[in-house]
Formats: sequence, structure tokens, C-alpha cells
Amino acid sequence: MATYLEFIQQNEERDGVRFSWNVWPSSRLEATRMVVPLACLLTPLKERPDLPPVQYEPVLCSRPTCKAILNPLCQVDYRAKLWACNFCFQRNQFPPAYTGISEVNQPAELMPQFSTIEYMIQRGPQSPLVFLYVIDTCLEEEDLQALKESLQMSLSLLPPDALVGLITFGRMVQVHELSCEGISKSYVFRGTKDLTAKQIQDMLGLTKPAMPMQQARPAQPQEHPFVSSRFLQPVHKIDMNLTDLLGELQRDPWPVNQGKRPLRSTGVALSIAVGLLEGTFPNTGARIMLFTGGPPTQGPGMVVGDELKVPIRSWHDIEKDNARFMKKATKHYEMLANRTATNGHCIDIYACALDQTGLLEMKCCANLTGGYMVMGDSFNTSLFKQTFQRIFSKDFNGDFRMAFGATLEVKTSRELKIAGAIGPCVSLNVKGPCVSENELGVGGTSQWKICALDATSTLGIYFEVVNQHNAPIPQGGRGAIQFVTQYQHSSTQRRIRVTTIARNWADAQSQFKHIEAAFDQEAAAVLMARLGVFRAESEEGPDILRWLDRQLIRLCQKFGQYNKEDPTSFRLSDSFSLYPQFMFHLRRSPFLQVFNNSPDESSYYRHHFARQDLTQSLIMIQPILYSYSFHGPPEPVLLDSSSILADRILLMDTFFQIVIYLGETIAQWRKAGYQDMPEYENFKHLLQAPVDDAQEILQARFPMPRYINTEHGGSQARFLLSKVNPSQTHNNLYAWGQETGAPILTDDVSLQVFMDHLKKLAVSSAS
Amino acid sequence: MSQQGYVATPPYSQSQSAMGLSPPLYGHYGDPSHAGAPPGVMKPAGPMGAAPGGVLPPGPPPPGPHQFGQNGAHAQGRPPQRFPGPPPANNAASSYAPYPPATQSSYPSAMPTASVSQLGSQLDTMHISYGSGTAPPGQAPSGQGAPPPPLQPSILQPGSQVLPPPPTTLNGLGAPPMPPSCPAPPSAQLQPPPLPGQTLGSGYPPQQGIYGAQMPGAQLAGPGGFPGGPAQMAGPAPPQRKLDPDAVPSPIQVIENDRAARGGQVYVTSTRGQVPPLVTTDCVVQDQGNASPRYIRCTTYCFPCTADMAKQAQIPLAAVITPFATVPANETPLYLVDHGEAGPVRCNRCKAYMCPFMQFTEGGRRFQCGFCSCVNEVPPSYFQHLDHMGRRLDHSERPELSLGSYEYVATLDYCRKNKPPSPPAFIFMIDVSYSNIRSGLVRLICEELKAVLERLPREEPEAPSAIRVGFVTYNKVLHFFNVKSNLAQPQMMVVTDVAEVFVPLLDGFLVSYHESQAVIHNLLDQIPDMFADSTENETVFAPVIQAGMEALKAAECPGKLLIFHASLPTAEAPGKLRNRDDRKLINTDKEKVLFQPQSGVYDALARDCVAHGCCVTLFLFPSQYVDVASLGLVPQLTGGTLYKYNNFQLHADSQQFLTDLRNDVEKKVGFDAIMRVRTSTGFRATDFFGGIVMNNTTDVEMAAIDCDKAVTVEFKHDDKLGEDSGALIQCAVLYTTIGGQRRLRIHNLALSCSAQLADVYKSCETDALVNFFAKSAFKAVLHQPLKLIREILVNQTSHMLACYRKHCASPSAASQLILPDSMKVLPVYVNSLLKSCVLLGRPDTPTDERAFQRQLVMTMGVADSQLFFYPQLLPIHTAAAQSPSPAVPAAVRCSEARLSEEGVFLLADGLRLFLWLGASCPPELIQGLFNVPSLAHVSADLTVLPEVGSPHSQALRAIVGALQRKRPHSMKLVVVKQREQPAVAFRQLLVEDKGLDGAPSYVDFLCCLHKAVCQLLN
Repeated sequence: MATYLEFIQQNEERDGVRFSWNVWPSSRLEATRMVVPLACLLTPLKERPDLPPVQYEPVLCSRPTCKAILNPLCQVDYRAKLWACNFCFQRNQFPPAYTGISEVNQPAELMPQFSTIEYMIQRGPQSPLVFLYVIDTCLEEEDLQALKESLQMSLSLLPPDALVGLITFGRMVQVHELSCEGISKSYVFRGTKDLTAKQIQDMLGLTKPAMPMQQARPAQPQEHPFVSSRFLQPVHKIDMNLTDLLGELQRDPWPVNQGKRPLRSTGVALSIAVGLLEGTFPNTGARIMLFTGGPPTQGPGMVVGDELKVPIRSWHDIEKDNARFMKKATKHYEMLANRTATNGHCIDIYACALDQTGLLEMKCCANLTGGYMVMGDSFNTSLFKQTFQRIFSKDFNGDFRMAFGATLEVKTSRELKIAGAIGPCVSLNVKGPCVSENELGVGGTSQWKICALDATSTLGIYFEVVNQHNAPIPQGGRGAIQFVTQYQHSSTQRRIRVTTIARNWADAQSQFKHIEAAFDQEAAAVLMARLGVFRAESEEGPDILRWLDRQLIRLCQKFGQYNKEDPTSFRLSDSFSLYPQFMFHLRRSPFLQVFNNSPDESSYYRHHFARQDLTQSLIMIQPILYSYSFHGPPEPVLLDSSSILADRILLMDTFFQIVIYLGETIAQWRKAGYQDMPEYENFKHLLQAPVDDAQEILQARFPMPRYINTEHGGSQARFLLSKVNPSQTHNNLYAWGQETGAPILTDDVSLQVFMDHLKKLAVSSAS
Repeated sequence: MSQQGYVATPPYSQSQSAMGLSPPLYGHYGDPSHAGAPPGVMKPAGPMGAAPGGVLPPGPPPPGPHQFGQNGAHAQGRPPQRFPGPPPANNAASSYAPYPPATQSSYPSAMPTASVSQLGSQLDTMHISYGSGTAPPGQAPSGQGAPPPPLQPSILQPGSQVLPPPPTTLNGLGAPPMPPSCPAPPSAQLQPPPLPGQTLGSGYPPQQGIYGAQMPGAQLAGPGGFPGGPAQMAGPAPPQRKLDPDAVPSPIQVIENDRAARGGQVYVTSTRGQVPPLVTTDCVVQDQGNASPRYIRCTTYCFPCTADMAKQAQIPLAAVITPFATVPANETPLYLVDHGEAGPVRCNRCKAYMCPFMQFTEGGRRFQCGFCSCVNEVPPSYFQHLDHMGRRLDHSERPELSLGSYEYVATLDYCRKNKPPSPPAFIFMIDVSYSNIRSGLVRLICEELKAVLERLPREEPEAPSAIRVGFVTYNKVLHFFNVKSNLAQPQMMVVTDVAEVFVPLLDGFLVSYHESQAVIHNLLDQIPDMFADSTENETVFAPVIQAGMEALKAAECPGKLLIFHASLPTAEAPGKLRNRDDRKLINTDKEKVLFQPQSGVYDALARDCVAHGCCVTLFLFPSQYVDVASLGLVPQLTGGTLYKYNNFQLHADSQQFLTDLRNDVEKKVGFDAIMRVRTSTGFRATDFFGGIVMNNTTDVEMAAIDCDKAVTVEFKHDDKLGEDSGALIQCAVLYTTIGGQRRLRIHNLALSCSAQLADVYKSCETDALVNFFAKSAFKAVLHQPLKLIREILVNQTSHMLACYRKHCASPSAASQLILPDSMKVLPVYVNSLLKSCVLLGRPDTPTDERAFQRQLVMTMGVADSQLFFYPQLLPIHTAAAQSPSPAVPAAVRCSEARLSEEGVFLLADGLRLFLWLGASCPPELIQGLFNVPSLAHVSADLTVLPEVGSPHSQALRAIVGALQRKRPHSMKLVVVKQREQPAVAFRQLLVEDKGLDGAPSYVDFLCCLHKAVCQLLN
């Protein structure tokens, strides 16, 4: 088994791919009986410091329907200078540049260790990155000040030749002209009127390029390649100007009456931002960065009216169909998101407010375009400031960790078809022979667009085995999948990363053990969770839970070892042992449970769940809990209420929150001030240890988690208590011994109860 | 004349649709060289020679001015001899004699020749008489050799008698006709034999041999007339007579007489129904219970008692109200009455405000409303005992009890939303499209604004003006400027959504000039450069107004938009206009379309503006057609002013424009006004004309009203009026001052009533009548064919005269045209009105000019309309010669004949100003005026008088200055050299002459009127 774990890890490190099954059942029938679909988590731009890009273009299969890229799995006839496509078996001539090819002189793409390879494309114009700030001015003075500082700081982090633009909004939407000298100039739009892209471009004067002027001076015809120069300017040219402009930004000057929300035209502002870029820089990398401090309150995309007495919609309202603006607003933002995606731009949402800001409605903007979504309480928090700064962090090469306008194409060998993908992508609607009719996630296509991605952006890609049962694959046959990701690197180069993987086929009857052993329960849990979360966006919560339960029971029935009707005899092999526990925590996670979460929070959590890589996703499903004590070094402990002990310090990482929890005794010690006494220095160290560890996590994580330092009985302790398995509750407290942690006041079932039921159902012949 | 008048053909209409006339030939008309010719030369030819008919009792109708008949025949087939004339035999031959132009040899120019040739010959049948209408009916006709009826000093009779000019007494009330002792106007040498009444007899040498045949008749209806000139040849020709133009009533004489009689005196308004001095007469008005004529002038100061009488007389009952008229420094400004929180005392029933017409009774505990007779309790706080006369003891201390005009401080009940109003705001909106940039106008405006802003009107002279200012520039998009005082630099905000324009900022847009001076100056410095490279040609217009209005709305204050606009707004936006200047429509039924706005957008916009107290003043700088009918609608309806500078040239027109701009900004104006005219029982206000919007039948809403704007109100009977009680009018204007105070301005006027038509005629005022006629006709222009309107005007005028003759004048010869004394000069004014380019389109008159004048007249006060329809022609050479301390010289009549080759004349109508230089003008005079050696050296482009130290120059400049001071529009000086320039515009202002296109001369028109009167009387 260790070999499989190594294999999986090795594959992940090399290719950024984790499959749910690493040996594939060889027929459609068998594959469906495996319950968990054949699928993988793909991190297209997994950071590979050891992989320098090659400076030439890939060799494509000449069959027009295939166009697979030459890879190590291809058979090569060195003498005839031919290669056979391993997907369509087309025999292809090598291009002239490859004449020197031989067994000992292979190009990189044929070497097995280069199953993932990156090509650099030199063709085509290089267009600068575009950053368009869209700033809400209906903020508290303090928030606005903090935001202005963050933005001014960000100017120094941007690539110098990147173009920046500035749109501010409140009751009106202002598009600032950056090029003008002297008087500052902005174009103003009414915040209540939806405009088409054409109208926006007309009004901004973008449709009529300054042609007459250029004709008058034919000597410099290419002087202004972009008509948008008034609104989008290279940072290095106008950073002083823009810094001043940002510095002078005032709060929205329109009066807000008592009992009213400020009028905030987020919908129109976004629409204008999208329209501006659409007209000027289609299909080049561009980020629309929306900074908002409250819900849109007017115009298209409004989420709530301006009457403060009417609260913003809750899940309760949504269930009761009481959220009057939700559908319309969602539609507006979806339309914008789709347009943005079509243009290859992305929208980031930085929403900082104590109340909801309408992320539920706006989520698709970030979800479909690969933009970031950051939710905080205020712009004046380190959570926002650090997170924002981290967007502009650089990798080992000094390049920004952001890539734009990617298309992901998936090619499969004939036994497989593509069912769909789940992640920050939109379908490009490319039908082909390898596209399945059964959709899982965003399906019906073999290509997706990912408008913005970084090294951790991860998609779940789902496949279907289509090989018929009666057409067995010869022993030792391998199925192959090629992932081709074309993208714009932050250095503005176009690049193509190609990952080609192959897995063995196995007959489910004769080689069941192989298949079972090759199960990657972590990947499977995340992939199933993604399916569940994807469905949760459109379906009722209980249905999803029921579906998840049924899948789990079926999986246990298939892979468990048990005697019929005897729950106690139920056993799962090692490769499945953790899976039910993942499912238990997933059921309780905010991704599927909306209780105690606002619609915005749910959207926020789901957004991140659908784009993070496996490790982070697992943390989200089942938070990690470390225990610190005088009894020994820090150790991971069960995410269980029994772990909450008086003389321990706990550090919990839920991805979104980092919680340091001091046990009762520790808290009393600290209150007594022992940590300040030199003789109790060890206590000081103990207190410091989890803080240091937390800092480490905080430094690396994007978005920056909420950092919570609490103690026994503290109000913030709820973050911990709501996550742990409620093995002790007020109901069963006395059945357990004394020395066993803190009871949780909940009616939720504990993992033990869950497992008991699972076993019972799994062994039951009735189900 | 209400609008309905134009819809239904009046019953008295004789379908004079094609009332053309062939004026008598008149050889010496207008010949300056003959100005002093002996009377004998002037003897008109009179067919009346035969015409005992002139005074013959009704028997046969007066000898037919056949032309009438002919024209009528043309229209209706009426036989030309409908008015069998005097024995025509002796005339017939001669009247067909060819016209020998040689007889005109002394006349210098061809033009008058033409007009002479068309003089109506029917004057032979006509006598003009005027007198007070008090002649008892049945008095012996003057022709009987009886002494002339004392009250009917008929001054002109056909043939030999040329009566003296009107006596100096205004209308000779009860006075016997005076011998012509007073000097006649310029042609004073003419001393006709003072033989009024002795018109009969033989002294009518036909003289036809000299004057030859008549020419095809002038058509009164102008181009709209009938095609049948030749038809006139059909009938037997009438005898040719000439009528001395000096003999027809002279407006100048009337004005001078009034000036002499009442000028410089104190006019006390204590008496009910007294007729004030003419607008042209300077006097001091003392308010003693009735509003000064500066505020209200009426068409008649004595209303007929019954509706029947009113209908009979056809005299419009109307008042021209200028509620904010400027009063000279030597008159008392309006008192401000503050009743604290209680507010003004009002009648409970009709809501009339406390005024001198309220009768206090029961020891002062109650008062009876003079308007509705309701008896009201006097509020305890207002109680005061009565004296033995029944007057309150505090009568003289309270303006509202003793004065005709005064102001109340309005309480919150009178404010919008019951909130005290904010001070008004001025928004300057500058068209920065290519043409305005190129002409240098934008720079000029920006420079000037710096000075203008220093002089914003203020209520407290020492405090800074409360008015806030804002700035917008625009071409096809709008640029708003944030000029908040704490900014280092102004900020520009561009609004491109012109389809649905809005205000992008509130705070910082409207600022106090005082506080933001530095930022504003910075802005004004930058604007010209900012758009210096602009090549944008297209502009929007309606969105600009909309934006300004929205800004005022958002700021919850009234205000004024000053828009500087150049071109037809063709950019895609609401209110987009296309060029529809179709001169082919002239003289068709569709001509009215030219005066209507192109789309409903502007009307709706104007109403919106008025609803929000937004007044629009428009400065137009067109180089071609800009559709003034559409663009000017909002300024007109919102109480703003439209200034138009055709083909604006920086060097030539700046002065005029800057003066207008300064005056417009500085002038006193009330904002967000509602006017209500209340009347005593028996009559009521039925129609209103002016820069107003009405959403119901009584409330006159005005976004703003300034000192130059008048509202003309027409009254109709709804019951009988008592002679005792008279007719009371109270005009109340609720408005916001420039300082942001809400006030009520009250004007009260009591008119008398009479059951005698003669009293009504006696109290008429021609200037107000003309104002009313002009406004009602110009309003009707939008809906009625112009031809019809002209006919109705003629009809109504002739009807008024016919009615007078029938009911008031002593019986006289049918051939006499009898004019009531008060309407002596009505014909010349009405003729001028008929000839105005609005009512008489010509292909070479720009459509915009017509629309402009139409809109202009709609808001004119009496003084302005008087000048507009009878321009002032001043002989400068005499003035200069007279004295170094210049007084405006006596005007001369508006006729080319009055010009002399040696003279220099100034001609002004309130819009235009011409300096006419005679061909043989003495070089000393030229030198004195222009500092150049000869006439040839005077530049034709001259628009500003050079400052020469000579007395001539000083006098001229002082005269121009005096003329200018009283006028709302600054006039650009145009130099016209005799015989050098075509000077069509100049000619057009000579309203007594025949128009260039054959519009009738004064004399022609008199003939035409006479004929119409005769028809009516039969």
C-alpha cells in the first residue's frame, strides 16, 4: 500500500493530478459500480521550480479532431521519424526541426519524467496586464482611508508596465480618466441604469478611436495602439497621479438619511468595468478588482433596498422565497460574469463589512472567472490588508503568481469520456468525440476557460469509462489523459502546459483488490464533496445530504467486508478507512449546512472550496487540530470534543479560521500572569508555541484566515466547538468518564452514532 | 381677443380675406424737399369733389373705393360698385391715365416711388376724424355747415381740408376743436386751413392728370393675398386723391403732446379708472391706493358694464402686468409688510389679500371683501378702530390699507413643502463645441464671468450675494465641475448619458462664489484651454437644461440657468433637432409649423422647469438655422430671456453680448413664482399671455419673473358690472427673492365701469391695446394660418372703429374715417404689427428671426412693445446742434420721407439700433461723430461709437446710452449710409412706409380700415 501512497504523492508532485482511482475499472458497468466516479483533481499550474519551460512550440497530432500533443506515451519510430498519437493512433511525421531525433537524442517532451512540460509561445503580440480598481466610496471614513492606503501600496507592487484603471462608485459611478493633466476628470454614470456594453463604450468615447488624429499624422500610426489610453494607463507613467487621485478620494458626497443605507451602485459599476475592458482589451489578462463595503442598494444588481429597517435576505428568506431582489440580481451578475469570462477577464471581489454584502448574488463573478473572493469585517483589518498584499506576491522566479486567460483542454483515450469539470471555470462548449453525454459539473465540453488562475487553482475533472463490458481491454492496457493548459503568464507570455498521464486498466472482477488498493480516499472525498457542493448551489440541502449518504452506503456495501445483517462484522480496508469520517465532517461543514451561516458566508466558503487544492480542501472538510501541552511535543489530535482538555492549548485550522484555544486551566494560569514570571518561562513558551505555528500558517495561506485567540468559556470558542465531533453532548455527558474533554451543546449526531448507522445500513440487505 | 376669436370667424367678418387696395397716388409723399411745400401742393385729390358723399347722409354708401370692391369681388364676387361712389364720370378717365413717373422726379430714391405708386386712391372717400367719443348722437353732421361738433375735431377731410394736427390736449374732452395753433410735427410748415367740418364743396381738384393711373393694388394681406391684381382694372377707376401723410394722425405728435401735458408731473393713483400718461412720458408716480402704471396698464380704464357692450365694442379688456417693473429712484420702493406668523390677512372666501378695497365695518371688527363681498371677521391681532370716516385709524400707517402695491413676508404656508426656501442658484452652462471655441467665445465668456460673478445680485448691499453658482460645459456630453472651496483644483465630471441626464454631484457643484472664488477662477482659466483642441461639432440641448434643472431640484432651490449655445443640437439625445427650415411653407396653412417646437420634449421640459423653479436664459450664437422655435421655447416659458447674436464676431458683437450678460445676471428677478389675478364680481381673468405655464385656469406659474417681463391678462364678463363698484383687480405674486425669502407682491388696481360706450372708448390706451393684440396674435400663430390672423386683426380694429362711429361719434359723412381720440394712432400700430415679420413671412426673413421675435413679444411689457412696433427715429443732427448737454431730441415719424440727406438719424426698436448717415451729411458732423474726414471714411463695420470729444459725439453717445438704459436687450449699432448699403433691415423699421414686399403703408392701411369700417356700418 505504501507504494500506492508514494505513487499518488509522486504523481501529485510531478503532474498536479490526484485521481480518485489510480487503477481504472475497465468497463462502464464496473466503473458505475465503483460508486465514486473516475475523476481527478488537477492543479494546472502547480508550481514546478524544477521545470523550466521549453522555448519552442509543441508538436501536434495532425488529425484535426485530435491535435493531441506529442508526449512520452507516444510510440516513436526514430528511423522513420514518425510518431504515433497515443490517443487516436494517427501516425505523424516529425516536423523538420526534429530531424536529429534518435533514441539517445530525445526532445524533452518524449522523456518519461516530462509527463508535464511547459512550452513558451513566442508568437503573437504581448499585451500588458490590466488591473481595474472598482472602489466603493460608501465606506466609513476609517475603512476608506485603510482601503486607499492598501491601494496606494498596491501600485508599487504591480508590474511597472501593467495598465491600471480606476472606477469609483456610490450613488453614481465614476470612471476616472488618468491621463489628463491639471484638472481631474471623470466620466459619471447614473447608478440606476443598466447599460449595454455598446452604450458604455459609446459614452466613454471608446467606439470612435482617435482615427482622424492618427490619419493626420501618418508618421506615428501605432502611437496609440489602445483607444482606452485615457482610462487605463501604465502604472509607471501615472503612479504619482493615481496615488494623488486615490488620496483625494472622498466618501460618497450624497447625503444618507437617517434609517437608510447609502445608495451603492455596485451592479452598474461592475457592468461599466466589464464593458470598459470588453471594448478595450478583450482576450488579454485583466483583473477587475471590486472593493465593496456593503450590499448593492440600487440599480441593476441591487440586493437590498436602502431602507435599513428591511434587513438583507437570510437563508430563511430565501427558503421562503422572500428575497425579492435575489433572482434579478443574480441574473445580472451572472450575465456580467459570463461576459467577463468570454473576454478572458476576471473579477475579484473584496467585500469588507460587518453585515452581508451580497456575495450570494455576486459570487458567480468570481466563481466563473477565476477571480478571488475575500470577505472580511473591515478594510482596516490585517485580514484584508495581508490578503490583498499577497495577491501580488511573487514566485521563485520573481513572477507574479497569477496567470490569465487560460483554456484547459482535456483529451482522453477512447475508453474514456469527459463528463465535466468543477472549479473556477466556464465551459467553452467544445464538443468532441471524447465528451460524454452524462454531465458531472460543467460538462458537455472538452475545453474550459479559466480566466484567472494561480498555482493552487484546482479543478475537479470527472470522467466516464465508456468501454463496454464485452470488449475487454487487453491485459496491461493503459488509459491515457492529456491536459493541455494554454495561458497567459504574468510576464505576459503565452504558455502551454501539457500533462499527460496514464493509468492501468483492471478488470473489476479479477483484479478487484488492485482497484480497491488504488483508491485515493482523500481525492475521492474532495471530488465527491465538490460534486455535492456543486449540486448544493442549485438543489435543496437535505437532498444533497441524502445523496451523499446513499453514495457512502453504496461504497461501503461495495468495498466493506462484512457479514450480512451483522453491523459488528463491518470492516473497511485501509484505503477506505478515512473516507466515512470525511463524509461525516463534510455533512457538518458550512459547504453543505447553511445553518448558522449567512448566504454570503456560504457562498464565500463554497467559492474557496471549489478552487483550492486537495490538501486545503481536506482541511476545509475536516479541520486539523493540534494539541499543545506540557506532556510532550505538539501533536495532532482527533477533531473531537474529547480533545478539549483543561490543560491543553489547541490550535485548530479550518482553512478560514485559525483558532487558538486555551484550556480552562491554561486560561486561569494565563490570567494569573504566570507567563510573565521568569520562573514559569516554560509556560510562556507553551503559550507562544501555537501562536508561532499559527503565524506560520497565516503567512502562507491565501486568503488570510481569520485569526482567533480564545480560551475556555470565551465567546469565540464557538468556532472550535462547532467543528469538533460532538462525542460528548449534554445528552450523553454522564455516560462518559470525567476526564474526557468538554461537552458540546448540540443535538447533532456524533461520529460514533454516524458510523453505527452506516454500518447497520451497509450490512443491511434491504438497502 | 381670445384665441377662440381666431377659430371662429367673427360674425362681423366680411370676409375681407383679400383686402387689397390701390392706394391713391400721392406725388409729394415723403419728398423731403417738399416738406415745407405750401399747403396747396398737398391738397389731396378728392373724388369727393363729387362727394358731397363725404358728408352726405347715409343715402348712398360712400363712393366705392373700388379696390375694395374689386378685391371683394375677387374673393366673393361682390360687385365693385357695392359702394356706389360719387359720380365717377369725371374721374374715370383720368384715373386710368398712365402713371407718369416723371412727376416724381424730385424724389431721390426708387423705393418711395414704388410706394407712392401704390398709395390707395380710395383716400378720396375717406376722412379721418378723431375726437372724443362724447359727441351726442344725432348731432348735426359737420358737413351741414354747422359749427364743428366740439368734441369731434375731425382733422382731415378729403380734398382741400387738411386739418391741423391733433390739439395738444390729449383727447380734447369736451373742448372745442382748437385751431391748429400748436406746431405740427416736423412738417410743421403745413398749415392747412383751419376749417374743420367745412369739407364740402368744390375744392377738390381732381388732379388726376398728374397722378395718373392707379397701380395694381397693394395687398394688405401681403404675400398671402390674392393673386388678382389685374382685376382692379375692371371697375371704373376711382378718382385719384392724395392724402397728406402729415395729416394722418402721428404717433410722434401724440407722444409729444402727452409728454408736454403730463411729462415731469406727479401722477397720483388715487382715482379710480383714471387713464395714466403714456409709457413714453416720464412722470413720477405716487401710489395712493392703486398700482402704478409701471406695474399694471390696461387696455381700457373703464370697463363696459355688460358683456353685450363689450361684445359690441370689441375692445379687448386686458391688463398688462409687469409685477417686477423697475421703479425710478425718485419713486418709493415697495413697502414690505410683515405680519409675523399670522401671515397676510385674507378674505376667507376668495382669498384676496388685505388691500385698500376692503371695507371695514362694525367698528372695525369686520371687513367686507371688495372682490367677493364676503364679510370677514378681522383677526384680533389685526383689529383697529375706525375713525369717523369709517377708515381704520392706522390707515395711513399700513401700506396694505393705503397703497396699491406692497409686499408681504410670506409664512411657511406659502413655501414649497412648508420649508423656507433656499437662496436661488445660477448655473452657467457653456457650449464648448468647436464653433464656440473657434470664435473665441468660450474664452470671452470665461473671462467675463469672473467680473460678472462679482456682481451677483444681492439683497443686502453689503453682504455677499446669497446666490450660489455652478458651472457646466457641454458639447454632446456634459461636463460638471466640482468647485468646492476646499479643493486645490476643480474636478470635472463627465456625464455622457444624455438620454437620461442626471446630476453627478451635489456637494461642490453649487457653491458660494465668495467662498470658492479661487477654485472658480482656476476653473474659468482652464476651461478655454481644456477644450482648445476639441473638434466636436455636435451638441445636445435639452439634456443641458434637464441637467441644470435636476441640479436645482437636487439642491432644492430655484435658480437660473444661463446657457451659451451655438448650434442646432443634432447629437443623439432627447430634443435632438433636424434642420426643418422650409421657407416654402411661408404663406401656406402649414406656416404655423415653423413656430411650433419640433418635438414635445421642449414643452414638457419647460413645464418641468417651471415646476421646479428653474428659469432658463439662453444666449444663442447661431451661424445658421438653429431652430429658435424649439430652442427658445424653454426660455420663453420659464421666464428667461433669449438673446441672439447672429454670426457672432468677437470684435463686433462682444460689447453687445457682454452688456446683455451683465444686465441679465444683475437684474432683479423673483423666482419660483405663482401669480394669481383676482377680480371683483362680474368679470374674471380668462386668458394669460407671457412667460408662464398654467396647470389650471387660475394659477399662473412662473419659474422666474424679472423686471422686464410682463404678463398680459385678458378679462371677460361673467356678469354685469356696477358703475358704482367699478372693476377691481388684485394681482398677487408669490415668489422667492434673490436672497431666498418667500414674499408676496400685491398690486391692486381699480377701474371704473360705464354703461356708455363712449366712456369706454375715452379710457382706452392704445399702447396696451397693441401689446394685447400682438400677444394674442403671436400666440395664435402657433395654431392658426397667418392669413386668418391678419384678417382678424384688421377686422377687430375696424370693428372697434365702426362701433365707435356708430355709437359714440356724431353722425358724419360716410367718407370720414373717425378715430376715437384714444385710438388715434391705433391704425399705425396695428399696421406695424401686421407687417411684423412674424405675421408676414417673406422668404428672405430667416425663420429663426421670426420665431425669435414672436417669443420676444410674448413677454414684453407695454413700453417695450410700443417701441418695438413703433421704433424711434431720432434726428441726431438737430440734437447735436441744439445743445452740448444732450437731451433726447424729439423723434420724427418712422418714414423714409422724414430722413434728410443732410441729416444723421438714429433708429431703434429695442432690438436693433441703426445710425443712418445722409448722403450729404456735413463733413463737420461726420468729423465730430467719427473723427474721420468724410462719410466715405466711416467704416460700415462700426459697432461702437468712437469716443470723440466733440459735442456731437457726446450728444450721440448720451442719446444712445439713454435709449439703451431702458431696454432689456442691448442693441448693436449698425451704421447705414444712405444709398450705399441695401439696409433692408433699416427700411423694415420704417413702419409707416410701404413694406419692401408690398405690405401696406400707414396711409394704405387707413384706407383699408376705412373701407372695412364702411362695410361694417352698412
